[in-house]
Amino acid sequence: MIPELGTGALVVALLLALYGAVAAPVGARRGRPVLVQSAQHAALGVFVIVTACILLLVYAFLTFDFSVKYVATNTNLGTPFYYRITAVWGALEGSIILWTWMLSAYTLLVVLRHRTSARELYPWALTVMLSVTSFFLMVMTIAAPLFARLSPVPPDGRGLNPLLQDSGMITHPVALYLGFTGFTVPFAFAVAALITGRVGDFWITTTRRWTIFAWYFLSLGLLIGGWWSYHVLGWGGYWAWDPVENAAFMPWLTGTAFLHSVMIQERRRMLRLWNLALVVMTFCLTLFGTFLTRSGVIASVHAFTQGAIGIFFLSFLALVLLTALALIAWRWDDLAAQGMLDSVVSRESAFLLNNVLLVAAAFTVFFGTVFPLLSEAVRGVKVSVGAPFFNSVNVPVFLSLIFLMGVGPLIAWRRASLDNLKRNFLVPVAIGVVAALIFRVLGVRSALAVLSLALTVFVASTIAVDLFRATRARRRMGERALPALGGLLLRHNRRYGGFIVHLAVLVVAVGVTGSQAWSLHTETTLQKGQEAELAGYRVRFEGLHETQESNHGKVTGFFTLTHGRGAGTMLEPAKKFYPQEQSPIAYVDYRLGLVDDIYLVLGDFAQDGSTATVKFQVNRMVSWIWIGGLVLTLGTVLAVLPERRKPA
Amino acid sequence: MKPKFVLGGVVILAALGYMIWAGVTQSAVYFVTPSELQAAPVAGKAYRLGGLVAPGSLKWEPRTLELSFTISDGKTTVPVRHHGSPPDMFGEGRGAVVEGQWTPDGYFKSTQIMAKHSEEYKAPHDAKAAQSRQLLKTLEPVK
Repeated sequence: MIPELGTGALVVALLLALYGAVAAPVGARRGRPVLVQSAQHAALGVFVIVTACILLLVYAFLTFDFSVKYVATNTNLGTPFYYRITAVWGALEGSIILWTWMLSAYTLLVVLRHRTSARELYPWALTVMLSVTSFFLMVMTIAAPLFARLSPVPPDGRGLNPLLQDSGMITHPVALYLGFTGFTVPFAFAVAALITGRVGDFWITTTRRWTIFAWYFLSLGLLIGGWWSYHVLGWGGYWAWDPVENAAFMPWLTGTAFLHSVMIQERRRMLRLWNLALVVMTFCLTLFGTFLTRSGVIASVHAFTQGAIGIFFLSFLALVLLTALALIAWRWDDLAAQGMLDSVVSRESAFLLNNVLLVAAAFTVFFGTVFPLLSEAVRGVKVSVGAPFFNSVNVPVFLSLIFLMGVGPLIAWRRASLDNLKRNFLVPVAIGVVAALIFRVLGVRSALAVLSLALTVFVASTIAVDLFRATRARRRMGERALPALGGLLLRHNRRYGGFIVHLAVLVVAVGVTGSQAWSLHTETTLQKGQEAELAGYRVRFEGLHETQESNHGKVTGFFTLTHGRGAGTMLEPAKKFYPQEQSPIAYVDYRLGLVDDIYLVLGDFAQDGSTATVKFQVNRMVSWIWIGGLVLTLGTVLAVLPERRKPA
Repeated sequence: MKPKFVLGGVVILAALGYMIWAGVTQSAVYFVTPSELQAAPVAGKAYRLGGLVAPGSLKWEPRTLELSFTISDGKTTVPVRHHGSPPDMFGEGRGAVVEGQWTPDGYFKSTQIMAKHSEEYKAPHDAKAAQSRQLLKTLEPVK
């Protein structure tokens, strides 16, 4: 019953979305508001139906309705209650409906927010959003049917991938997809601007908050993905330049470039073409990411799924690109810049360089990710480039970007005088240099780490100097220190929200630098009662214990962790044996700290429990990366608050 | 456009091009099957070798952490040595991809064994499931 009901509902949603996509612009062009209104109702209908379909799927999961193939594939009778809900987006078909649902929600929000404020662009933006929604609905009904029936109905399902039975899997896809789909909104308004010929700044100011919102969730999704990789996969790292990670990172890079370049357009009326190109690129990269992740085109540790879906995504991607290029060519004459670059030493130049570097980084990530495909097509040999490639190319780019993060917000517009440079940068540069010397004296051996940390200190000082000056100015007006600072942050929330986001990036950069430079690991086989030592931490193997959980068996290793003379704590890494799995899954145990994380993975063990092999890692500064995520959240909230700055 | 900006752009592009070229030549890893590797092994070149872990070939020495096995494609086999525990999802008769180098001593020195995480699972082999259950039973609980 559920398969037919679900498929039917999705077809109705598809028809509604297609109708709305046609009705909105026709109504706008012929001056018939009734048609535009009916398109709005169609958007509402699509949202309601897709919501109902998700609930239907949740119901199927909760009631173990194995007549739905997707349910039978991703759950079994032993799957705990709450993983039966997250299993909804545990694999390809379900993640597409999650995507579609978010897209339909965004579409509805665009209707609610812009139907009166952005009259000219709005009908076309609605068309674009409904067209993209139609595409995803087509995927769900034709290429990868969500509600495919399984017959005969099996008595039990296969079960959810054990690696996905983790709380990170609730939040990671949700955040990532909110980011991915969120970029559809600025893309839709950009296309609307091109179609209507209103290519000025209106589409940019209209979508500013949408872009920040999407960017924030994409960042958060990346960070949560890193956290999942760190505490579930058991290799002690958070980023592996895996194609799936790169897929999410590329739109983040171009999206970050877009966030910055729109400021130049708002302020100096430049970069119109560039901004349109960036938003098209970002949107295409979100599609490309899904294509990469879900088509199995590149053999990756994550992506195995094969099927018609690859052709679907590639065709749609080509359609989007061609349409965007054609529109840009059509409006070419209107896209000429009105402002001009005056000097190399100016804020415009700093922002421009930031953009060039971000896009260059996106390009190298793209190149490295598709390199195996290219080499196979061109030379007939499959060659891949791994983490060393991405690191060697991107580390210099990212260090330059951190440097620009200090320069960009403070340097003068148009042309910076020597005086301006001295006033803003003398103190931060001095602090940065002193910091470099201190790190060196403290024994930081890697030159790269010293450079990275010193740059971080430099940027943090520019922010501190700016805040100090602005607060002092307000204090001279008679305000007290804290209210002055608070008032400043709230009144110039956009600027200081950005600064706090920059601080967050710095905190993440410290985490990445520290973990790369100072982490230690060892692997050893211990007998019962024997100890291993690493960086002053000692673990003693106490024995193994076997238990039976609801849907798996578990062998836990007990290890006492001591540091110095303190009392020991017990670490309990384990191996889980899922019946649907051919081999055990490692379950990491760890103690997080501000500086040191202790990280223990149980390897092979003797069947009588007398010996066990253990991977023992002391990972440094990794927590800073997660703390950076919290700071990022604060900065974003501040940046999207309504501006309270009074007109001067 | 002012010449300074054009010059700057050219410099950046050239630097980027160079970094990409250097990065590719230094970190290229070649995908090979055992037959392809045995046909023309080059010592010191980075390979990613894929095939089946030949049944009966797996040896694991917990005390020294030495792991050895042979990778087969049905026609040829390649002896592989690895330092470290066998990863989850690794075993005889199963597919594996190892990254490393061919050594002049006639074996493949693996630096990394790739585990495959699939989102869609095959039905369990009953024998294997029974084995792991038996394994669980033989373990004595900690007091």
